[in-house]
Amino acid sequence: MLAFVVQRLIQAIMVMVSVAFIAFLLFQYVGDPVLFMLGQDATADQIAALRKDLGLDQPFIVQFGHFLLNAVQGEFGISLRQGAKVSQLIADRFPATLELAVIAAGMALLVGIPMGVYAALKRGTLSSQLLMTFSLLGVSLPTFLIGILLILFFAVLLGWLPSFGRGDVVKIGWWSTGLLTAKGWQHIVLPALTLTVFQLTLIMRLVRAEMLEVLRTDYIKFARARGLSNRAIHFGHALKNTLVPVMTITGLQLGGLIAFAIITETVFQWPGMGLLFIQAVTFADVPVMAAYLCLIALIFVVINLTVDLLYFAVDPRLRVGKAGGH
Amino acid sequence: MLAKPAVIEANSLKKDLDGMSNPISRWLSSDVGYSFRNSKTAMVAAFIAFVFIFCALFAKWVAPYNPFDAASLELMDSLLPPAWSAEGSTKYLLGTDDQGRDILSALMYGTRISLVVGMASVMLSLVVGVSLGLIAGFRGGWLDAFLMRLCDVMLSFPAILVALLIAGVGRAVFPNADDSLAFGVLIISISLTGWVQYARTVRGTTLVERNKEYVQAARVTGVAPLRIMLRHVLPNVLGPVTVLATIQVASAIITEATLSFLGVGVPPTSPSLGTLIRIGNDFLFSGEWWITIFPGLTLVLIALSVNLLGDWLRDALNPRLR
Amino acid sequence: MSLLQVKNLVVEFPSRHGTLRALDEISFDIAPGEILGVVGESGAGKSLTGASIIGLLEPPGRIASGQILLEGQRIDNLNNDQMRSIRGRKIGAIFQDPLTSLNPLYSVGKQLTETIQAHLPVSDQEARQRAIALLQDTGISAAAERIDHYPHQFSGGMRQRVVIALALAAEPQLIVADEPTTALDVSIQAQIISLLKNVCKKRGAAVMLITHDMGVIAETCDRVAVMYAGRIAEIGPVHQVINHPEHPYTVGLMASIPDMDVDRERLNQIDGAMPRLNAIPKGCAFNPRCPQVFDRCLQERPDLAAVSRSGQNTPTQVACWLHHANTLEGVL
Repeated sequence: MLAFVVQRLIQAIMVMVSVAFIAFLLFQYVGDPVLFMLGQDATADQIAALRKDLGLDQPFIVQFGHFLLNAVQGEFGISLRQGAKVSQLIADRFPATLELAVIAAGMALLVGIPMGVYAALKRGTLSSQLLMTFSLLGVSLPTFLIGILLILFFAVLLGWLPSFGRGDVVKIGWWSTGLLTAKGWQHIVLPALTLTVFQLTLIMRLVRAEMLEVLRTDYIKFARARGLSNRAIHFGHALKNTLVPVMTITGLQLGGLIAFAIITETVFQWPGMGLLFIQAVTFADVPVMAAYLCLIALIFVVINLTVDLLYFAVDPRLRVGKAGGH
Repeated sequence: MLAKPAVIEANSLKKDLDGMSNPISRWLSSDVGYSFRNSKTAMVAAFIAFVFIFCALFAKWVAPYNPFDAASLELMDSLLPPAWSAEGSTKYLLGTDDQGRDILSALMYGTRISLVVGMASVMLSLVVGVSLGLIAGFRGGWLDAFLMRLCDVMLSFPAILVALLIAGVGRAVFPNADDSLAFGVLIISISLTGWVQYARTVRGTTLVERNKEYVQAARVTGVAPLRIMLRHVLPNVLGPVTVLATIQVASAIITEATLSFLGVGVPPTSPSLGTLIRIGNDFLFSGEWWITIFPGLTLVLIALSVNLLGDWLRDALNPRLR
Repeated sequence: MSLLQVKNLVVEFPSRHGTLRALDEISFDIAPGEILGVVGESGAGKSLTGASIIGLLEPPGRIASGQILLEGQRIDNLNNDQMRSIRGRKIGAIFQDPLTSLNPLYSVGKQLTETIQAHLPVSDQEARQRAIALLQDTGISAAAERIDHYPHQFSGGMRQRVVIALALAAEPQLIVADEPTTALDVSIQAQIISLLKNVCKKRGAAVMLITHDMGVIAETCDRVAVMYAGRIAEIGPVHQVINHPEHPYTVGLMASIPDMDVDRERLNQIDGAMPRLNAIPKGCAFNPRCPQVFDRCLQERPDLAAVSRSGQNTPTQVACWLHHANTLEGVL
């Protein structure tokens, strides 16, 4: 078990280093790294001093080392567009994106999994066909269009919900949350809904497909032959066996929420990291892009690691070694 | 004394079409064709997809106007609603935008761009993915291991992110890019997200075939193994690759639309459906809904029909579900 | 009274090529405590017969006509809920592959106690005691410990023992065993078969043993039914069918078993192959391959009829016109 964890950790570190390398290339070679660090208003003296400091004449590997050292401390220089420290910008925006992503993920799981199970068990019936059609629609509707339609319907036509911004936020230490105010909740509904649709349909289709496969296995057939109740077979045996592989894929998908948040934040002008990133891309704001890249990689690596550990905890075949016996 | 068991003619339709031996009738009477004939959704989806492809291909002749020819625009006709509402006119069936461009025509031209970018990206991913899969499966060793790790890492990054990053880097590196370069970067960025699935599938099949005896025999006799792989592996992966390609066209189109909506996709001189939606979004609040909704609807219809076709194809080619 | 009676069972599969008859009027009985072997080539319909009896026929297959009676009550027309109380409790089943028959995520004990408590009103503790006893009966050492182990911690032979324990958990009167040893090592096969025989005899459970292995039949069964192309060709006490086969197909089967004491250059075989379901010949299904075919065989399908020979308490039943003629002659 320990060997497993260590191996995964090493892989994670390797991925992080590779991503950091790409970010480093961006930082050093696309534009002027000195300007990135000091901002547009730096004096000539400051520039000269930093150039020496950064050791731009030094070997490649040393420069990379510098970059890594800075990156690990969260130091990515100054945003070209905003003129503020990148780390500060990201810290400001992080809570908004995280809250949105967590709520969307929660909805996707809480609704998607039961719907998938239902669609598998009631295969062929009208309700399951409707569910599958709805899911196909969910996969064919681009996220931004869903956002636009929701805005059109609930904000423009009905006027029930607001269409941009985060509402009233409460600051708890460094974290600003919108979940403690009524207005905050009102503002998060539409964006969360937009963000969740794609994930929800994906999870639903996945759970349904996996459950149908499981229902065809020999051990389910044997369970039926032993006269176990439908409830025991479907929710005891089939569900558990379905959720285990679904879990890994779902974990990876949820990482995608962070990326899809970019689109949702753009449509709803939600002040999160995604909006920051899009502005960086349009403006070719390299420091922000590099920092975002590293942060996303970190989040992914952490999610992957967690999923791997969860899998380990749930599947006895990985936990307990093979014994023998004849 | 040994009576031959009678082999009953399996498909009665085959008898009906007995005069015609052309490929279409052969396909129609095959198992896949049978499944197609039996699935209303597949046929409707195929029809819709066909209509869009037709409009896209022949936009120049089918569209009532050329919305991108500045000279032909009449500012007086701007912001007209669709023909069936009070202030609309039959000259512009689906209304006009703020510059007097006919929405219907813009839709057709936009569809063309969306389809072209979508299909080009899928083609590129397919070629790259299949080749890499063949090489990885055939060579094995560290090349294979490296490629598989790469696939794992790439799969865990969502497509949009990769595409956005490439687009961003492209902008930083080529700040004054011309249109064709912009298109190139766009197509590459979308195709980078899709190649992994092809690589994996093809690699799997390659590994299986490589260990078969006829391949080893051929190597011994000096036949170029590449030729063997191509002749024997490729036919085996044709099915899954086709399904993958179909489904990926839908997602490529959506990815392109998203990128264009975000402002980092196709150049503004060749607006795709995504660009049209973005332009229209600004007018949503003032009530001119048609500028955004019609392109949106078109996008959804295309994606839906392609997805339906892909779903049907996957089920039709799956021997276990027959 | 018979425990199980199958009367003129017909199982059909509607397909796009037409309706295929997989089982064509099968009839046989199983007495309480007896072991009936069902033997035949792949595709003859053995597994389908077993599946129909436990009510797990996979759609689109369906029972088109005929009856299945358990202790005199019809069970072929029950709905799924009613059938559920019979499965496991009255009729148990064992399938071919022990590797896939057990849920890998649940411990062996959990799967046992769950089955026991689904049918018998016992406490958790007692269920666990029974489970341990079952494991001991099926020859698993250190049962009290291993009950909490997972399936992947058992070898193939051990797993099949667990499967047998599971099938017997709710104390059924009939076990349908579908090729229980085919997936096992040859060295283990004999052990498992004799275990099955002993453990069922001990509990007084009847067994319907489906297999294509004549050796297993000879070792284990009281009676045997030979199936061909969805029909029963011959059925009778095992030593009679093996040593004095009546149906030409059975004769061919027995002759094809190589005899170690005889020098041969070529193995005996029956020419031709069993017909596909959509190409079953008119009359007797075996007529294209039968060395003793005559006119009537090509026209009419023979029913099962007893062939009386001297010295037999229970005559073998054969579906063959040769023997109808004999019977008639015998009477005349």
